[in-house]
Amino acid sequence: MNYSFFKVKNDREVVRSRRVFLRKSGLGLAAAGLLIAGCADDDMTGLNGDDAVDLGSGDFGVLNYAYALEQLEAAFYAQVLQGSYYASANAEERQIMEDLEAHERAHREFFAAAIATVGTPIPALEVDFSSIDFGSRSSVLSTAQAFEDLGVSAYNGAGRLLQNADYLLVAGKIVSVEARHAAAIRSINAPSDPTAFASDMIIDANGLDLARTPAEVLSIASAFIATPINASNLPG
Amino acid sequence: MKIPTALQGLHDLSTAPEQQVPLTSRRQAFTDLTSLVGKLATIGLPLGAALAAPAGLRAQSGSVSVTDVLNFALTLEYLEAEFYEMGLSASGLLTGDVRTTIAQISKHETAHVAFLQAAISGAGGTPVTSPTFDFTAGGAFADVFSNPQTFLAVAQAFEDTGVRAYKGQAGNLLGAGDVLTAALQIHSVEARHASEVRRIRGSKGWITGSVNTSAPAASAVYAGEDNVTHLGVNATTVTTVTMDELTQAYDEPLTMSAVLDIAGLFIV
Repeated sequence: MNYSFFKVKNDREVVRSRRVFLRKSGLGLAAAGLLIAGCADDDMTGLNGDDAVDLGSGDFGVLNYAYALEQLEAAFYAQVLQGSYYASANAEERQIMEDLEAHERAHREFFAAAIATVGTPIPALEVDFSSIDFGSRSSVLSTAQAFEDLGVSAYNGAGRLLQNADYLLVAGKIVSVEARHAAAIRSINAPSDPTAFASDMIIDANGLDLARTPAEVLSIASAFIATPINASNLPG
Repeated sequence: MKIPTALQGLHDLSTAPEQQVPLTSRRQAFTDLTSLVGKLATIGLPLGAALAAPAGLRAQSGSVSVTDVLNFALTLEYLEAEFYEMGLSASGLLTGDVRTTIAQISKHETAHVAFLQAAISGAGGTPVTSPTFDFTAGGAFADVFSNPQTFLAVAQAFEDTGVRAYKGQAGNLLGAGDVLTAALQIHSVEARHASEVRRIRGSKGWITGSVNTSAPAASAVYAGEDNVTHLGVNATTVTTVTMDELTQAYDEPLTMSAVLDIAGLFIV
């Protein structure tokens, strides 16, 4: 009994603190104390160990990197649709969640098929959504916002790593849809702020969106991915 | 001579009395490639080599320089920036939350103009000057600055076109490092704008098939958005989502010529 009590209490503490952090920072989940995956530093390869999923190198590795992120997003929205927030949401928000789930699932399925034409895609990743309360509107929307903004920044940062124009075009076809998602989620998550869709907290003074390196992206995403990922062979 | 002929055609189109230009003609004009050369001459873009290639190959021709791409982008940003500035200046057009949203978009487009001008100069090029715009498109959108619904419909068309325009040029910036990254960073901001304007107007933030939810005359903005083949994979064969959802999940590029054909309707 006591063990269960403390375990539940501890989980709540983690959920609460992460939720507060998401709300305050939008994106910047601290890597400290969490599993760090995908560090570009060669020294990390050993830490990731033989059981880490290696994204691979070159354009192939970048495609696997995108596939990993789409797996994360697809898994998140699939779970959203199983949760009580979605069940009790208004029609507009239900439709948005259904659309986003379908879009991310389509992206995940596409990458699996496209990568398979040139090699072996990474396996299905195990996710860790223990910090998300799928019954809470604010928890779901804050996490969705963080994931969508993260996805946009990931594709924006990865474009320059690609050698193949066809791959770059596909990334472009997807990133703008992620940006459309991000704007919609931000809008419903902050209905009193008519600038939330492209907030000054995201868009800089030059009117530029965020761009992040794979190491930056994966250090954030790793809080939600249980499977260790080795991104050290990605182009840098 | 091709250019004078095309210019004359454009001139005829833009000066025809409004009542003699039914929507069907405007719709045709959106897809009328013959006016392209005239618009390019008007804009002053150094795109001779690109134009020599067949329409479908231009984006992949590799003959367009980074500076050409940036000047092309700058032309679109001039269009958007001036459009929003005029909208915000029009008495009573934009109020409340919509005004705040449009002001945020306007701020970004103005910043994009300055950023691209600096980037072009920094790359040793010369930024093109702004064309002269007619946002009524020769009368097709006569109430664009007095009717918020018309203004927002045109805004949606501009934003969705902008997303396709940047996407279509990504390949020409392959290997361009910081320039490619910056273009992608603008591209996703345009997509955020598009999503918000669409949602304000009661549409989904994403594009279903090639359905045009802007003004009827804007069908060219959405032509080809229903593509389902990516990297040679017919996505319908590898997915469990519906066709509508599948097409929503991917935005499609437009060639430089197709974009200029659309933008040209608003260039005097």
